[in-house]
Amino acid sequence: MRALRWHGKKDIRCDNHVPDPSIEDPRDAIIKVSSCAICGSDLHLYDGFMPGMMHGDIVGHEFMGEVMEVGSANKKLKVGDRVVVPFTICCGECDQCRRGNYSVCERSNRNKKVAEKLFGHTTAGLYGYTHLTGGYAGGQAEYVRVPFADVGPVVIPNGLTDEQVLFLGDIFPTGWQAAAQCEIEPTDTVAVWGAGPVGQFAIRSAILMGAEQVVCIDNVPERLSMARAGGAITINFDEESVVHRLHELTRGKGPEKCIDSVGMEAHAARSIDSMYDRVKQTMMLETDRPHVLREMIYVCRPAGVLSIPGVYGGLIDKIPFGAAMNKGLTFRMGQTHVNRWTDDLLTRIQEGQIDPSFVITHTVGLEDGPEMYKTFRDKHDGCVKVVLKP
Amino acid sequence: MSATDQEIKQEYRRNHAARKMAQRLGWLSIGLGVAELLMPGPLARTLGIPGGKTLLRFCGVREIASGVGLLVTKHPKPWMLGRVGGDVMDMAVLGGAVLAGDKPVHALLAAGTVAGVTSLDLACARGLATEDHLVTVYDYSDRSGFPESPDKMRGRASKQSDINTAPQVTGMAAADRETQTRH
Repeated sequence: MRALRWHGKKDIRCDNHVPDPSIEDPRDAIIKVSSCAICGSDLHLYDGFMPGMMHGDIVGHEFMGEVMEVGSANKKLKVGDRVVVPFTICCGECDQCRRGNYSVCERSNRNKKVAEKLFGHTTAGLYGYTHLTGGYAGGQAEYVRVPFADVGPVVIPNGLTDEQVLFLGDIFPTGWQAAAQCEIEPTDTVAVWGAGPVGQFAIRSAILMGAEQVVCIDNVPERLSMARAGGAITINFDEESVVHRLHELTRGKGPEKCIDSVGMEAHAARSIDSMYDRVKQTMMLETDRPHVLREMIYVCRPAGVLSIPGVYGGLIDKIPFGAAMNKGLTFRMGQTHVNRWTDDLLTRIQEGQIDPSFVITHTVGLEDGPEMYKTFRDKHDGCVKVVLKP
Repeated sequence: MSATDQEIKQEYRRNHAARKMAQRLGWLSIGLGVAELLMPGPLARTLGIPGGKTLLRFCGVREIASGVGLLVTKHPKPWMLGRVGGDVMDMAVLGGAVLAGDKPVHALLAAGTVAGVTSLDLACARGLATEDHLVTVYDYSDRSGFPESPDKMRGRASKQSDINTAPQVTGMAAADRETQTRH
């Protein structure tokens, strides 16, 4: 089969003659991928910021397709079902899965010893996202093996296009969970850093959840126009002070809820702390660039909530924790517990409350995937979200 | 579908990050220039350039000029290229001091510092050069994803989105389960 494989930093190739996956466990299924997407967190692999990738790993964790083969113990799926596969692999049986904390499933990470060394405890297995999360083959391929396929995959009813439901596997529930973690009230101002795909869904989720005003911070004009379309007031941090504008918009009190949908590769270059992070990162003294976290702690209203769907991978420096503690801020974060939200969000899509396809700006074949990684990373050509058709 | 399917509109965009960097380098230039202008003797002795006071004063004037230029101009690119030219001159002087001066180690350290600043100048000049390229503008103002205006959609999910309302098992019912790694 054909698949996009990681061969090193900034080196993802569309390889032919990759071995087809096969059933390895009775609960498995093999999916023929009809659509997959490049996620912002795939760029952390592309840019070489996530440790634990190996030469030849198949990347991609946002995908959907048709069930081609089902293991003998899998009673949920049948051949021919059309499914979206959540990016977090979960067993459905361990303590964490039973509590709905699917992204920290205790059983699905087959390299849990390594994860425990790094994080203290294991997190769930993920598709195509380093050997720290199980080293599972990813979904930017023609076929994928889906472990625990009697738990995660969401069967899609007829009448919905791939473009409408593909993002149920990651960015829609991620934006939704980011807003849900804020426990939004009708008087709230929700500030969303980053107008990438997750930020776009966080904005729309916050609107649906009833936030009085949603403010989006970015510097890419196209993304800001998409954010405004979704109901956000926008701040271009290249053109105005984020702190002053948020001060104005909240009558000096600051936003009650702040969402970091940027994560470890903040690109703000105007501030001293960003330059500091870049220098430390270059000297391998810091892994992530937490400019957004610092800014959120500073601007958030006391007793507010910081929700962090943006991915961080390792060590961050100079976090004003004194401010966070004394302001009584609540931090909520984590990889998305995708299956907590998929049934509800699928219903909302079916009812026409939201059409997630608004975010797609580029649709190309799998062979154009490597080039699209660069386009997406550099935000060229108005790129917000790339869908690949294997 | 591709973004390029839309009506194509192009514009030149400012590289705000490069302009901010140019301003910072402008202030650095002025600081360095003032030091060279006011203390040419001590600097010449430290770097081991005997009789270099006049040369250092000239460098100081050059640094101040390029610094002021960077801070006041709306078109910083030529001024930044001027700084790169000045860096080359500084490296030549310091190279001479390393080879024939009284204090080659000091001169070598200074040359290393100048090399670092030169790399910043070059990065900034490259960033400013991107302002000469036309950028295609895409209008996504019709991509709300909602069937009605955002104001009308506001609050449609307000009662059902609580983080704790999703179906899940809690408390003792979820506890004390044996877990095993597999796969």
